[in-house]
Amino acid sequence: MATTVAQPVEKTNYLNADYGIKSWLLTTDHKRIALLYLASVTFFFFIGGFFAMLIRLELLTPAGDLMQADTYNKVFTMHGVIMVFFFLIPSIPAVLGNFLVPLMVGAKDLAFPKINLLSWYLYMIGGAFALYGMINGGVDTGWTFYTPFSTTYSNTNVSMVAIGVFINGFSSIFTGLNFIVTIHRMRAPGLTWSRLPLFLWSHYATAVIMVLGTPVIAITLLLVAAERLLHLGIFDARLGGDPILFQHLFWFYSHPAVYIMILPAMGVISELVTCFSRKRAFGYYFVALASIGIAVIGFLVWAHHMFVAGISVYAAMVFSFLSYLVAIPSAIKVFNWTATLYKGSIRFTTPMLYVFGFIGLFTIGGMTGLFLAALGVDVHVTDTYFVVAHFHYIMVGGAIMAYLGGLHFWWPKITGRMYPESWAKLSALLVFVGFNLTFFPQFVLGYMGMPRRYWQYPPEFGVLNILSTAGASVLAVGYVFPMIYFAWSLRYGPKASANPWRAAGLEWTVPSPPSTFNFDETPVVTWEAYNYDEIEETEEAEVVG
Amino acid sequence: MSEHIVSPKIYVLVFMALIIFTGLTYGIALINLGPFNAIVAITIAMIKTLLVILFFMHVKYSPKMTKVTVVSGFFFLLILVALSLTDYISRPWAGYYGGGSAKPANNK
Amino acid sequence: MSDSQTAVHVLKHHFRDMEQQNETSSFGMWVFLVTEIMFFGGLFCAYLIYRILYFDSFAAASSTIDVKWGAINTVVLICSSLTMALAVHAAQLGKRKVLVGFLIATIMLGGVFLGIKAKEYHDKFVEHHVPGPSFHFEVEPEMAEKFHAIDPAKTEIFFSLYFLMTGLHATHMVIGFGLLTWLVIAGSKGKYSPIYYSPVEMVGLYWHFVDIVWIWLFPLLYLISRHH
Repeated sequence: MATTVAQPVEKTNYLNADYGIKSWLLTTDHKRIALLYLASVTFFFFIGGFFAMLIRLELLTPAGDLMQADTYNKVFTMHGVIMVFFFLIPSIPAVLGNFLVPLMVGAKDLAFPKINLLSWYLYMIGGAFALYGMINGGVDTGWTFYTPFSTTYSNTNVSMVAIGVFINGFSSIFTGLNFIVTIHRMRAPGLTWSRLPLFLWSHYATAVIMVLGTPVIAITLLLVAAERLLHLGIFDARLGGDPILFQHLFWFYSHPAVYIMILPAMGVISELVTCFSRKRAFGYYFVALASIGIAVIGFLVWAHHMFVAGISVYAAMVFSFLSYLVAIPSAIKVFNWTATLYKGSIRFTTPMLYVFGFIGLFTIGGMTGLFLAALGVDVHVTDTYFVVAHFHYIMVGGAIMAYLGGLHFWWPKITGRMYPESWAKLSALLVFVGFNLTFFPQFVLGYMGMPRRYWQYPPEFGVLNILSTAGASVLAVGYVFPMIYFAWSLRYGPKASANPWRAAGLEWTVPSPPSTFNFDETPVVTWEAYNYDEIEETEEAEVVG
Repeated sequence: MSEHIVSPKIYVLVFMALIIFTGLTYGIALINLGPFNAIVAITIAMIKTLLVILFFMHVKYSPKMTKVTVVSGFFFLLILVALSLTDYISRPWAGYYGGGSAKPANNK
Repeated sequence: MSDSQTAVHVLKHHFRDMEQQNETSSFGMWVFLVTEIMFFGGLFCAYLIYRILYFDSFAAASSTIDVKWGAINTVVLICSSLTMALAVHAAQLGKRKVLVGFLIATIMLGGVFLGIKAKEYHDKFVEHHVPGPSFHFEVEPEMAEKFHAIDPAKTEIFFSLYFLMTGLHATHMVIGFGLLTWLVIAGSKGKYSPIYYSPVEMVGLYWHFVDIVWIWLFPLLYLISRHH
């Protein structure tokens, strides 16, 4: 319902096209589903964060004085389960991916809109099962559900939470299925693979992992539940079963899962770094193929989580070598992002601050992964805080920073409002400082020998733990601020134009917020991705002319 | 979607082949071929699978993307099996064994 | 309704034409089947590893399952795949009655399969081969002669896998029944035509996949070592 009147009239967009709870809960509009996910993912993030706070409070002092050891086991388990399965894995794909994939390919919606909605319901139902299990006594196996503790000896709500994760897995599978089919079949005319934004390459690679890996953890958790409930003992050593088989099956998914978490983040970074350097992506093809490379090689390395579990040393050597290989495509990406910055016209907006944070912290996290891939080093630091620091650098310093950067970047497109830039910059700074203060000491702690998942520790680790808890408090503030100012901006933020960042990409050619069916006419793409040089020329011509 | 309409005759021929192969699987299982029993059984199962996939599921007449998708599914399953096996078959060499029908290398 | 009217009626708003819609649905179903390959694949992986480790126990356990029923079931499912393929064919040609007839035949053959499966499960229950507190594997002398290293505990692993794999397969068949019933209802109302039959094709793909799983389960579970 476009109008050419000079007075700004409230245009019909996807937000105001229909009202009422049914129009949201029964929507098939990918943009509304993205917002449903945004709300639920944020909810789970704060629950997971609450458990993190309990962990850091307990670890403020060497003695186990805040809670019982059993309770502590439950707290870190629930922190892990919620954060991994109900926050990190869905976050960028289900929120930003769902919103942007159809817009970026020039389509009116994803290939299967109803399955997209089903995906969200499965996420909520899975979350309900998991939360019920947690409220009703908790689960204490660690998010990794290792056997035989999870199958035989734990007397907590393992089956309930495992079933919750199982159901949630199908949410992931359907999202991935939708992305793969959409990107293959629904690209606008002229939008060849080599013109795709790198965000789409990343989400495609992510979707491939979701589709190939998630079913394996689904069957594995089903086996755990079956062993507990039906005595079908596959992992029971008393029968000759091998508990390590569980670990093989579990990590076959859970390692690629970490690439599900980081690949979309890398896609976001590619979009942001090009926009705020106003340059084409350096080495576009390398970055695109590196995404696929990470997805494929990522399936070959899972047993590096099992070096000291009891696998043969020969298998360990094979997996160690393969794990070094998987670092290569990641490094290629970091190199290319950095090269994109070179001679660019850099703007230090909030999203760009998150980009810089990401590049530095992801590099540290990734390189410490290489330390862990070395068998000798791993024997020393496995199951210590070194590992904890490593994965938090990538997942929080990497993925969550990219998620926040992406939220800020696309916020005007999603809501039609701008967030307050100064508050956002302050929050980014708090996140960066808080994050490093929380997790850098943990590298040292781990190297010094502090084991993970312990609720008390020797007094000599005290100072570093205090620093870590202090950092966590700062980090928490950094996360709460965006909640507040994003909500504030919905009402009071300045209205955004279609393209406030002057960015390249089809999503910026439609109004902010977009109409329900995205495009009035199917776009025809005749330009390469990140054609900032052309955009600059056009803008200059407009100014001069 | 294949616009190509497969004639029922082909379906019946494939059906008969599947029945024959089923009989073969059973018959060969009754003969002692040592390690080849397993190999033959798997080979026949693969042939039957291919027949169903190519003809009943129309993959022979489908776009290349469909074929790539099918192959990739089996390929990644192969990765799961093969790399897991690198652990299980090399455990006896590493001096310990997680199983029950082979003797451990030393009495620990 | 004329063909072009049907086409307009069934074309979803986000597709530009029926060709894109049909290709997309088919591709989507194949991607879903890939997830099913990996889902069953985890069980096949576990089975393969334990069969290598505990061959004698697995072979002995497998020899207590009645091959006859397994073979009959294999033939039944292959027949049902034929009727399913012919049902899709009928839909492609717009032959409503033939379509519904073949769909019902598929359901009935599937029912025969599940009936036989139930009988087999009952037999296992009676023989105390169901894993759990009542599990007991009796090593017959001929068995012990043929397979030297039988450990009854390891046969319980075999039967766990037997029930898990056939149980998961049977669950998929029950879901298939639901899908086929939906097709019968919609099909008898004339919803499918040469322009629009992709639901029939997609359920067909699903049904054939379930058949392929059984094609592997039969030799792996029933025929580990049957020679004398």
